Amino acid sequence: MFSTRKIAGVSLALAIALAGCSSGGSDSSGSTDSGSSSGGSSSAAPSGEVEVFSWWASGGEAEGLAALVDSFQEQCPDVEFVNATVAGGAGFNAKAVLVSRLEAGTPPDSFQAHAGKELLSYIEAGQLEPVNFIYEEAGLYDAFTADLIEQVTYTDGNIYSVPVNIHRSNLIWWNPKVASELGITPPTTLDELFTALDVVKAAGATGIGLGTAWAQVHLLESVLLSVLGVDDYNKLHIKGEGEAVWASAKTTEALEAYARLLTYANADADGIDWAPAAQLVLDGQAGFTVMGDWSDAQFLSQGLTPNVDYAWAPFPGTAGVYMWLSDSFTLSNNAPNRDASICWLKAAGSQAGQDAFNPKKGSIPARIDSNEALYGEYLQTALADWKTDKLAGSFAHGTVATNAAQSELQTVVSEFKSKGATDIADFQAKLAAAALAE
Amino acid sequence: MKRKKTPHWLPGFLVLLPSIGLIFYFVYVLLFQNFLLSTTNRKGINSTGESVGFENYAQLVIEDRFQNSMQNLLIFTIAFIGGTMLIGLTMAILLERGIKGEGFFRSAFIFPMALSFIASGLVWGFLMNPTTDANAGGLNWLLQRIGLGSLQNPWWQANTWGMAALALPAIWMFAGYIMALFLAGFRGIPDDVREAARIDGANEFQIYTKILFPLLGPAALSALVILGHISVKVFDLVVAVSFKQYRTETPAVYMWVTTFDATNFGKGAAIASILLIVTAVIVVPYLVSVYKGEQQK
Repeated sequence: MFSTRKIAGVSLALAIALAGCSSGGSDSSGSTDSGSSSGGSSSAAPSGEVEVFSWWASGGEAEGLAALVDSFQEQCPDVEFVNATVAGGAGFNAKAVLVSRLEAGTPPDSFQAHAGKELLSYIEAGQLEPVNFIYEEAGLYDAFTADLIEQVTYTDGNIYSVPVNIHRSNLIWWNPKVASELGITPPTTLDELFTALDVVKAAGATGIGLGTAWAQVHLLESVLLSVLGVDDYNKLHIKGEGEAVWASAKTTEALEAYARLLTYANADADGIDWAPAAQLVLDGQAGFTVMGDWSDAQFLSQGLTPNVDYAWAPFPGTAGVYMWLSDSFTLSNNAPNRDASICWLKAAGSQAGQDAFNPKKGSIPARIDSNEALYGEYLQTALADWKTDKLAGSFAHGTVATNAAQSELQTVVSEFKSKGATDIADFQAKLAAAALAE
Repeated sequence: MKRKKTPHWLPGFLVLLPSIGLIFYFVYVLLFQNFLLSTTNRKGINSTGESVGFENYAQLVIEDRFQNSMQNLLIFTIAFIGGTMLIGLTMAILLERGIKGEGFFRSAFIFPMALSFIASGLVWGFLMNPTTDANAGGLNWLLQRIGLGSLQNPWWQANTWGMAALALPAIWMFAGYIMALFLAGFRGIPDDVREAARIDGANEFQIYTKILFPLLGPAALSALVILGHISVKVFDLVVAVSFKQYRTETPAVYMWVTTFDATNFGKGAAIASILLIVTAVIVVPYLVSVYKGEQQK
């Protein structure tokens, strides 16, 4: 009764199990003590492979990564780059894969994580080695703004990642040809936005091109920033101060505005990612979309011309505030090839690396000494704004939200929409709990 | 010299031993570990939790989100099993009558099962686009073209009953398989039985309802169990069509999100244990009846 198929299946399972064992042996006993204290990198040129984990799989993101890898290969010629990319916007698939690898004790040498609270999940789990010594050796303390250094320094005084870029989240995009046909001027307040949306709707198009759960959190955070203002918004994620702001009447007002915005959204919002949602605007089927500045890279890679085929502004009511997020790379504890990983991180923090990566990724460099001439039309405005604007952190992209909080927020927001976006009080209470989740 | 004779069961046992060992560890030991994990509050990568007894279960049972996922699963299961059985049986009856090109139709109907849930989910995701009228795409566009525009609907993005639409790709994939099961069942019934019934004056309808369907019982039971356990565990189809979101969240998706996105391992393990129990409720009675059947032979 023991068929050959079963035997084949068992031997396959055995092979998989053995493969898992051979790479899964190392535990936290390895190089944990070689951190910041004794730290530093060895003098010999690193060689071997470096496995870098990210979610940059397509479009401008993949092009940016490829350019960064080219720069890395020049700086660390003997190291082979192993690209461990898992596709999915905002890392919504990649993070799960990463968790299972970290749990199994087989971390990549370096992985992508948003600077800020998102890193906390990994720091507290003891998965990251402090990289202060890289900052010293590569002069990164002087290359980044004091603001950014402060934001990436943790309560223990250590820094755990090297930011490669700064993205802006609070942007609204539209199609200038459609706007001029309809006589719409760029809205600067929420009221103006609603007026413009009514005009678009009257013309028979969709008001706002919107995507699935995380894109809805993305829209929500811009609305919150617009109504609450930067000071109150920045309290939302702080335990002890955030609760009062979440419960305030201003927040209710913001959520009502958000619910109203949902009524202008495309019918298939829950079923599409951000890029198809933005495409609705380019195709003239929707008036606006609210998305981060990776949209610019996406549009450019489609061969479109800024201010002709697409235009942008800070989300209405948020001018003068830069809602930021930063992609950064970490040094895994027990990195299989620590020296190569350090070399990768230095390349990622270098001027050459950042100037290769960012113009394609559609973000501004984390460094202040970049060659600004390399950057396109949108990024020029972003570089200027970054120097003068106040800062606010993004929930949707982990600057001020742990991985757990991001997941909870997506659930709460998609629940609200799926139940018809009417029960504001329930929404408000659940959001507060989700945003502060650890 | 006296040679000890090998017991007759030993060679067979030795051949089976590796698989017994593997299944024991990878199924039963891990099941037990999962259960232990579900009684802790372990949260965060590489953390250690403390035992909290059945608190995770107690919280889940009263939780709105868990109830929502169970309701979604129930609607999905009813639509999936009902639709698949009905269509599969209909196709089997049509083919059983010996039409021309039976082989072609049989292959054509079974073919969708060769696809993965991910692949068909992606395509059906496009087909079930909820936009209507001028902007319509996929099935809604098709309905307009054939003059059934009034049937346009938001598919899985409809509130409450959207999960029934999510069962469409699964029905499409598995109806052919159920057809094959029933067809084999029909073929297993000797022609003598039908002829005897005809001689006794039964009409065609009566032959089906009184003779053939009762004899299809075992095939129907197998079909129900196979579909039932696929349905309870549904994950990839849901994620391929709708990503991860509240509206279409099934317990398996909820387990995944809780475990890997929110790194709440204790709670995730509790959801997994509940799923196991639900699956067992479906599968175990079947195994018992099969076992009893074999004993009688």
